[in-house]
Amino acid sequence: MSQKKTDRREFLKRSAAIAGAVGLGAVKPALGQDHEHMPVAPEPGAFIRGSDEMTAYGSRSRFVDSVRIPHGGRESPDAFGLDFHIATPLQDSVGEITPSSLHYMGTTRGSFVPDIDPDAHRLMIHGMVDNPIVFSMEDLKRMPSVTRKHFIECAGNRSRSSHTTIQETHGMTSNAEWTGVLLSTVLKEAGVHADADWVVAEGVEEVKGASSIPMAKAMDDCLLCYGMNGEPVRPQQGFPLRLLAPGFEGIFNVKWLRRIKVVDEYYMTYNDFGHLTRDPVNAALGYQIGPKSVITYPSGGQQLPGAGFYEIGGLAWSGGGRVSRVEISTDGGRSWKDADIRGTAEPMAHTRFSFEWDWDGAECELQSRCIDEIGQIQPSRQQALDFWSTDGERATFVKGQDNSIQPWRVASDGGVHNAIS
Amino acid sequence: MKTLRTLLLLPILIAGVVSVQAQSPLYGVGRTPTENEIRLWDIAIGPKGEELPVGSGSVDMGSELYLSKGCAGCHGTLGNGGMAPRLIKRDAGPNADPWDYGRVLPIRSPYATTVWDFINRAMPLGAEGTLTADEVYSLTAYLFFLNDVVEDGTELNEKTLPQIQMPNRTNWEQVPDWLPGQPRLEGYPY
Repeated sequence: MSQKKTDRREFLKRSAAIAGAVGLGAVKPALGQDHEHMPVAPEPGAFIRGSDEMTAYGSRSRFVDSVRIPHGGRESPDAFGLDFHIATPLQDSVGEITPSSLHYMGTTRGSFVPDIDPDAHRLMIHGMVDNPIVFSMEDLKRMPSVTRKHFIECAGNRSRSSHTTIQETHGMTSNAEWTGVLLSTVLKEAGVHADADWVVAEGVEEVKGASSIPMAKAMDDCLLCYGMNGEPVRPQQGFPLRLLAPGFEGIFNVKWLRRIKVVDEYYMTYNDFGHLTRDPVNAALGYQIGPKSVITYPSGGQQLPGAGFYEIGGLAWSGGGRVSRVEISTDGGRSWKDADIRGTAEPMAHTRFSFEWDWDGAECELQSRCIDEIGQIQPSRQQALDFWSTDGERATFVKGQDNSIQPWRVASDGGVHNAIS
Repeated sequence: MKTLRTLLLLPILIAGVVSVQAQSPLYGVGRTPTENEIRLWDIAIGPKGEELPVGSGSVDMGSELYLSKGCAGCHGTLGNGGMAPRLIKRDAGPNADPWDYGRVLPIRSPYATTVWDFINRAMPLGAEGTLTADEVYSLTAYLFFLNDVVEDGTELNEKTLPQIQMPNRTNWEQVPDWLPGQPRLEGYPY
């Protein structure tokens, strides 16, 4: 953020100097201490010239440098070109939609992103159904569709004290507008047997990643998505077809989807094995994403220029439904005030919140807390650790999915730091 | 007049009958796969092992394949020490709790079928889907032998593999029944 601010200031100064040189700098409005001149268009040579590429598929300004980074200490891509985990730059996010190019990515074990010709792709629905069906992509696009906003979050999205930025602490979640066919529509079309309890969803990539999903979820709101943010789903997100299991941990959202098999028991696929535990509490908490939120501005690694007014901004979400309330603390969790919900809170979707804040320049700690429509409350890290502690042993790790509150410490010099200890 | 009313009602009555038969296609889009096509696609092996192809393999064959197919290169000669996940249980002493063997698929998995399924669908790295059914039975048998799940000399086939009693067969917790609008865990406030 500070880097960007500096760039912008320099850009404005440069523009002003150029404008002055060509005789357009006569107007001197009072625009504040940084700006002696009205921002004007740069010299003719600095325009973005039209090109066939820019006509066909536009791109962002060269002054916007927000990028994804590999997540979790493993290279992505690695030496072989395999993609693993890639985190989205939440520190730069505005609104609720993650641009497709910046959407986080996770894979089963490191994958080559398959290069799928959509004309050759097929989805098979079979198993315990009356009418097995094979759909081409063209077939699926003939079926009744829905468009919905949903987040996806990786089970490994957790803040550690070694992390400095929100991209490291929370970058494994993103939110997009998804378009496709409800899984229930095609399951009804196939005629599911009364004693079928699960579906196994499987991708076409070399690992053939597969997950077991309960029938109640499959019939409720799972989506077969071919569209993402107004265009086809990106290859890293499963082009030409991915499953969305709204609110479930990331791995259930099977990409490059080729098969839905209707079965009568939990299939214990390799992906399911990753969730294997003998603790019923851990099993339950590693499944549906809990209520969660994070302040995106100001966040770790950013620099506030000084005391004064700021709009605190952030994102809240829950696998349990809509976000009903977000609260902000500017005193390390001692007192809480309601944040404003921006836009409309939609089920299992990132919801933007904001809070008007006058910073007095003294060191403080910012926190946000999400409450969802079914009454689940985002815990502090202390509360979550208390839950996992026993009389004899103090927990140091939040088991299951970690949805605990992220504290950001604003130092008196305006530096923002991860306050997880 | 009565006849006319009956005639007018007839399409509605027929529609009513059709909608009761919920199992017939509503849109009729897509095509019906052949039995053979389903068999070729269906690589998901459930705990009962019903989808397992006919075939067999032995611990001996598996130990050779483990080297010749390159498994040892990534998983280590004896199932540890490589870059890829460990395949041999950790030493946990006598009468060990199976969970103390570590997160090792061929010992921790509750079902033998999961091991067969994953080798078949996802191994070897870069040559996935090239192993024959017999080779997968052999490699599975060898990994079970390394972990003391089966004895040396064991042969596995589509009938015997699902019958293997893994030490964690019942020693794990299912996720709770999922319902829309339900909290993550009953009684858990967060």
